[in-house]
Amino acid sequence: QDLSLPNGTPVDTSSPASSSSLLNRLQLDDDLDVETRDLFVTVDDPKKHVCTMETYITYRVTTKTTRAEFDLPEYSVRRRYQDFDWLRNKLEESQPTHLIPPLPEKFVVKGVVDRFSEEFVETRRKALDKFLKRITDHPVLSFNEHFSIFLTAKDLNAYKKQGMALLSKMGESVKYVTGGYKLRSRPLEFAAIGDYLDTFSLKLGTIDRIAQRIIKEQLEYLVELREYGPVYSTWGGLEVELSEPLEGVSACIGNCCTALEELSEDMTEDFLPVLREYILYAESMKNVLKKRDQVQAEYEAKLEAVALKKEDRPKVPTDVEKCQDRVECFNADLKADMERWQNNKRQDFRQLLMGMADKNIQYYEKVCVT
Amino acid sequence: MEDCLAKKMEITVSEAEKRTGRNAMNIQETYTAYLIETRAVESQSEGQCGPVESLWRRYSEFELLRNYLSVTYPHIVVPPLPEKRADFVWHKLSADNMDPDFVERRRIGLENFLLRVASHPVLCQDKIFYAFLMQEGGWKELVNETGFQLKADSRLKALNATFRVKNPDKRFTELKHYSDELQSVISHLLRVRARVADRLYGVYKVHGNYGRVFSEWSAIEKEMGDGLQSAGHHMDVYAASIDDILEEEEHYADQLKEYLFYAEALRAVCRKHELMQYDLEMAAQDLTSKKQQCEELATGTVRTFSLKGMTSKLFGQETAEQREAKIKVLEEQIQEGEEQLKSKNLEGRDFVKSAWADIERFKEQKNHDLKEALISYAVMQISMCKKGIQVWTNAKECFSKM
Repeated sequence: QDLSLPNGTPVDTSSPASSSSLLNRLQLDDDLDVETRDLFVTVDDPKKHVCTMETYITYRVTTKTTRAEFDLPEYSVRRRYQDFDWLRNKLEESQPTHLIPPLPEKFVVKGVVDRFSEEFVETRRKALDKFLKRITDHPVLSFNEHFSIFLTAKDLNAYKKQGMALLSKMGESVKYVTGGYKLRSRPLEFAAIGDYLDTFSLKLGTIDRIAQRIIKEQLEYLVELREYGPVYSTWGGLEVELSEPLEGVSACIGNCCTALEELSEDMTEDFLPVLREYILYAESMKNVLKKRDQVQAEYEAKLEAVALKKEDRPKVPTDVEKCQDRVECFNADLKADMERWQNNKRQDFRQLLMGMADKNIQYYEKVCVT
Repeated sequence: MEDCLAKKMEITVSEAEKRTGRNAMNIQETYTAYLIETRAVESQSEGQCGPVESLWRRYSEFELLRNYLSVTYPHIVVPPLPEKRADFVWHKLSADNMDPDFVERRRIGLENFLLRVASHPVLCQDKIFYAFLMQEGGWKELVNETGFQLKADSRLKALNATFRVKNPDKRFTELKHYSDELQSVISHLLRVRARVADRLYGVYKVHGNYGRVFSEWSAIEKEMGDGLQSAGHHMDVYAASIDDILEEEEHYADQLKEYLFYAEALRAVCRKHELMQYDLEMAAQDLTSKKQQCEELATGTVRTFSLKGMTSKLFGQETAEQREAKIKVLEEQIQEGEEQLKSKNLEGRDFVKSAWADIERFKEQKNHDLKEALISYAVMQISMCKKGIQVWTNAKECFSKM
């Protein structure tokens, strides 16, 4: 698929020069105001469907756009998790050189989590909304054919079946098939990215554990507080003059309990899922890096093979050239994506941690008022 | 308002020192000695104070003083001592008597005890108390000379004995019931509070881990690095702040403990009254039975079954002389008994009057003190929250700069 800028101009990415200019243009993109965005997607309104074979949840996906590629300015469709999963796989297949945002986890342990509980559905809805918004913001992914179909098709299943049929007809897989080639040298910047992602995942994992531990401790604290408050009340019953202040203390402690409960809930619902999402993101990014390595390895191997042949060929065989193209394409896309990702991540975490701080502040303020 | 010692004299327990010495069984032991400083204050002149006098006392001497006061003034709710052993501890607090924090809190508690006694209208006038403050040598002997120990032993026995009073004074029964309930509720409160403190400590300390992780994370970030690093610092501050917060709360716990022990003292007064009442009832009963015996002997009728009656029937009646002698003895006893009863009644009424006066005084003091304690506890909580707000606001600012 040809890359094209949001304004419709196609870009030739086969030479390094143009990939850097692409980078420049992409960076300019970030500075554009929201008003110039021409595609808005929202995920909301979860509904439960009960069928003979299964029960599942669908979400409403609403699209508003001024892009020429779309026939209508507005669309509203219903999608279930399966559909999102399908979209993601399609994106990975068709845009293997790009970083595809993660989806919330597919499988949930049935005994532990209630798939139909309000909290779970809401957490998932938020994650799915984020997923689509990230794709919308991506200058390349947002123009993907599958994405458009996902947003607009009345009957997605029909399209899915069609897609499968096409594939088997064409015989040529869109996937990059890479064998077990060994990489000679990884360019420093990608090695650095790899290291960064490793440490990043580790640290996020640690933060996740710490946050969980805090929530656990807070809940245990809550248990004790719940016993503490009523004792003051009992004492108040004994006294005459002191009964009012004692009852007061008891009530206050009760309010503290409520505020603490809210804090823990918020942390569980808003903070933890984002951490987990970024860990998943990092995982998928590492996979992309591996693929990139593979592509580069293939290129190098082929290049070597040609050199060994010592044939007096003026022109480098086309497949080697293709490889080179792929490598460079990959590298450029990856770099560009990393930039975006870093920016977005920064924003996200900024918001996240500020949110956490806010919640704690709110908790303390509530307690103070009491 | 009577002139209490507290108004004429400044009393402080200013220092605590570890000492080693040999005890009564010649075994070496370590104990803590407390320095009591007193200074006469002239209420008329401004700033003119007498010289500071001081002496050292150990906890066991305080105990001796209190025992003496409890026995000598059974109608007074005697102020309690701070606890002998650390109780209601949560995991960070040491249960060791030699722990400096415990010693410090005990020092404050002992000072509080002396001030309470010194401001009590009756107790402050006691000479033994005065000697405790002023006379280092020979004080123990002085106390023992009062012979209170004998009374103490019988009192201890009596307090623990079970007996039933036929006509209990309702007010005292209610009061005893109240003191039992108060003891129960305060100990429950202290136990739960200790658990609450433990948990809260855990919550704060785990946040310290954030500090470390943020620091490590900031090392691999470019733009986010500074923000993360400084936020991490605030998390460390947050985690550390709990130590001071909980130390302050211990003071509140100590105030509650004082009244926990006060409840015990209150109960003791009620028990003493019960004892007196029982004593009175026994004496009255004894008198009645003696009168009856006398009457029987005099009239020769046996109204109630008695072994004597039986034996006399079996072995023959006594002579008129013997009977006369017995009657005389009984009449003497009856007279004694009536006098005793009169004085016991008087004693009882006096006791009730003065005990009730002190109980009223105690109630007022309790309500005032506990109200203040609750208020200061609330203030502590608010301050803790304000600190929390401060830390998280700072952290938020750091995050916003990421």
